[in-house]
Amino acid sequence: MSSHAAAATKSAETYDDHVVRLFLMAAAIWGVSGMLAGVLAAAQLAWPALNFDISWLTYSRIRSNHTFGVIFAFGGSALMGTCYYVVQRTCHVRLALGGLARFTFWGWQLAVLLAMTTMPFGITQSKEYAEPEWFIDLLIAVVWVAFAIVFFATLMRRRIQHIYVANWYYGAFIIAVALLHIVNNIAVPVSWSKSYPVYSGAVDAMVQWWYGHNAVAFFLTAGFLGMMYYFVPREAKQPLWSYRFSIVNFWALISIYMWAGPHHLLYSALPDWTQSVGMSFSLLLMMPSLGSAANGLMTFDGAWHRLRESPAAKFMVTALVFYLAATLEGSLMSIKTLNALSHYTDWTVAHVHSGAIGWVAMITMGSLYAMAPRALDRPAMHSHRAMNLHFWLHTIGLLLYITAMWAAGLMQGLMWQATGPDGSLTYSFLASIAATHPYYVVRFAGGMLVLAGMVVMAWNLWHTAGAARLNQIKPILVPIPEPIPEPVPDQVPPPLPAHG
Amino acid sequence: MAHDSRPLERIEKNAGLLGIVIVVLVSFGGLAEITPLFVNAHTVAPAPGLRPYDALRLAGRDVYVREACYQCHSQMIRKLRFETQRYGSPTDASEVVYDRPFQWGSKRTGPDLARIGGKYSDAWQRLHLVAPRQLVPESNMPGYPWLERRKLDYADVMARMRVLRRLGDPYTDDDIAAAYETVRNKTELDALVAYLQGLGVPGKEQP
Repeated sequence: MSSHAAAATKSAETYDDHVVRLFLMAAAIWGVSGMLAGVLAAAQLAWPALNFDISWLTYSRIRSNHTFGVIFAFGGSALMGTCYYVVQRTCHVRLALGGLARFTFWGWQLAVLLAMTTMPFGITQSKEYAEPEWFIDLLIAVVWVAFAIVFFATLMRRRIQHIYVANWYYGAFIIAVALLHIVNNIAVPVSWSKSYPVYSGAVDAMVQWWYGHNAVAFFLTAGFLGMMYYFVPREAKQPLWSYRFSIVNFWALISIYMWAGPHHLLYSALPDWTQSVGMSFSLLLMMPSLGSAANGLMTFDGAWHRLRESPAAKFMVTALVFYLAATLEGSLMSIKTLNALSHYTDWTVAHVHSGAIGWVAMITMGSLYAMAPRALDRPAMHSHRAMNLHFWLHTIGLLLYITAMWAAGLMQGLMWQATGPDGSLTYSFLASIAATHPYYVVRFAGGMLVLAGMVVMAWNLWHTAGAARLNQIKPILVPIPEPIPEPVPDQVPPPLPAHG
Repeated sequence: MAHDSRPLERIEKNAGLLGIVIVVLVSFGGLAEITPLFVNAHTVAPAPGLRPYDALRLAGRDVYVREACYQCHSQMIRKLRFETQRYGSPTDASEVVYDRPFQWGSKRTGPDLARIGGKYSDAWQRLHLVAPRQLVPESNMPGYPWLERRKLDYADVMARMRVLRRLGDPYTDDDIAAAYETVRNKTELDALVAYLQGLGVPGKEQP
């Protein structure tokens, strides 16, 4: 090709994948440790003796290490790593401000490490999914602003005019999480280890669940949809099913999600109108959620044989099915009548994990399996069989986990509601705890399988990175392909790069 | 459709514009749902007779928050018959205005505690917090034996009350000064039991 000569001269600039590889490694380590904390917490609920009467190992202290560890340490590292990878490929440009990008890596690792080492010692705000104390929140805010600067500066110097849809999702994720984090964590410190939020009571509840729900929306959904929109077409080896549909879904998703928070507080002391607004928007949310899932799944239309060839594709398709299922379930659970039954029970836990282990973890694993060989300059992952093993361990573990928790939640809800002919309550609360024990054992087994799968993945990544580890001194240089000149009028998204 | 006239085309090709449109769209929900609560007296005014937590109960509440009890215990009796039958009258926003952070919780691995005050004796609460299965064999609650061993620091509690006063809680100088007497030589367990025994108690007097 004649453009090769030009590409050769231009590609003095290469992709900056060093920071991507660092995040990849961090994601593997945090994945294992976050899930380990989850398995410990699950075991403690089944066998309370495992609390050992040690303060920093006690369930109530360790549970936030699980949630924070998997969401922000594992998920966050995977999101930032893939974001840096995707924005370079879709813009045909090297990451802007490489030094600042390195800072976001070390800053983020320091923040999550501080959080994970302070929370077990009782240094916590006890705001769900926003537990770290004020000094860690400040660090998170600084790192996040740096992340936004690197991302948008890279977008600004892009060599392809049209911004690919994956970047929109990453952009919305970065902007919204900054907004949520700052507003929810406004607090006045008493000492370095204790602060009080400026909001109290019902207002604090509203702010917290506006945050909590949208952490799910923008951290666990928009960010991972960004991942999906790049890696799914890549792995299906064909373009997105409908680019226009992805645009419609994007605008609908980001504007509707922000309204849905109050569905966490139905029948509570929050004003009724707020609850009704939250419920209505949660139902509306079904449309862009199902739309995004359908768009991803339909991208495999005509390429289903990829499921046979690529374990990464298997992870992605299963992830999309669970995204579809979990968002449908979430909208239904926001209906007040159903929520009266499901709220406060393990059904909520089942729902969250069908989203977290099913959608978030599996799209991450699929994307990391697709990205790792390219970022590490290897032809493929170290072991194909290990990827398949991981897939089955993960999927069976997931199914055990969520069916156990669904059954437990439904049972608890029905037991709490049951009344005898004279109108008195049939069961004591304690009866529902005793009846839940077998389900907690099954949940623990499911969690063990998911953790085992994650260990297999970490092992596989470690060996795939073998050559890269040896070449620490001589970094891998991935040249940037020349962008295809001007898209033909009908072709809205830029064609995917041919290599890299 | 002419290619150039697509209304979204400009946004899709301009990173700055894309960012601005995202900021505008994600702001509506929060603005619409959160800001009215600040002016809605019902959500921010205390119930008649409700006082901010005294020094010992405040210290106990902060232990409750530190141990993250909310992860298994809600403090929100919903407006549902089977809930009020089990736990008492529904929790009202005016009862929780001094709660920073709020402790409504999201999961009941254990029962709701919004009106637990006075249901059990102090001695029962003390033993149950240290070794729950000695009293309730089927319980899966962890024990918190270290609370018995840890002494409260009155200076710290006073500093906390001063911060809360700055945030608008009506503590008097006397309230804060009283912390020295009420908190000195008390353990975290004493404080937590005092907090639990006060939960929902002022609310019971409401009509």
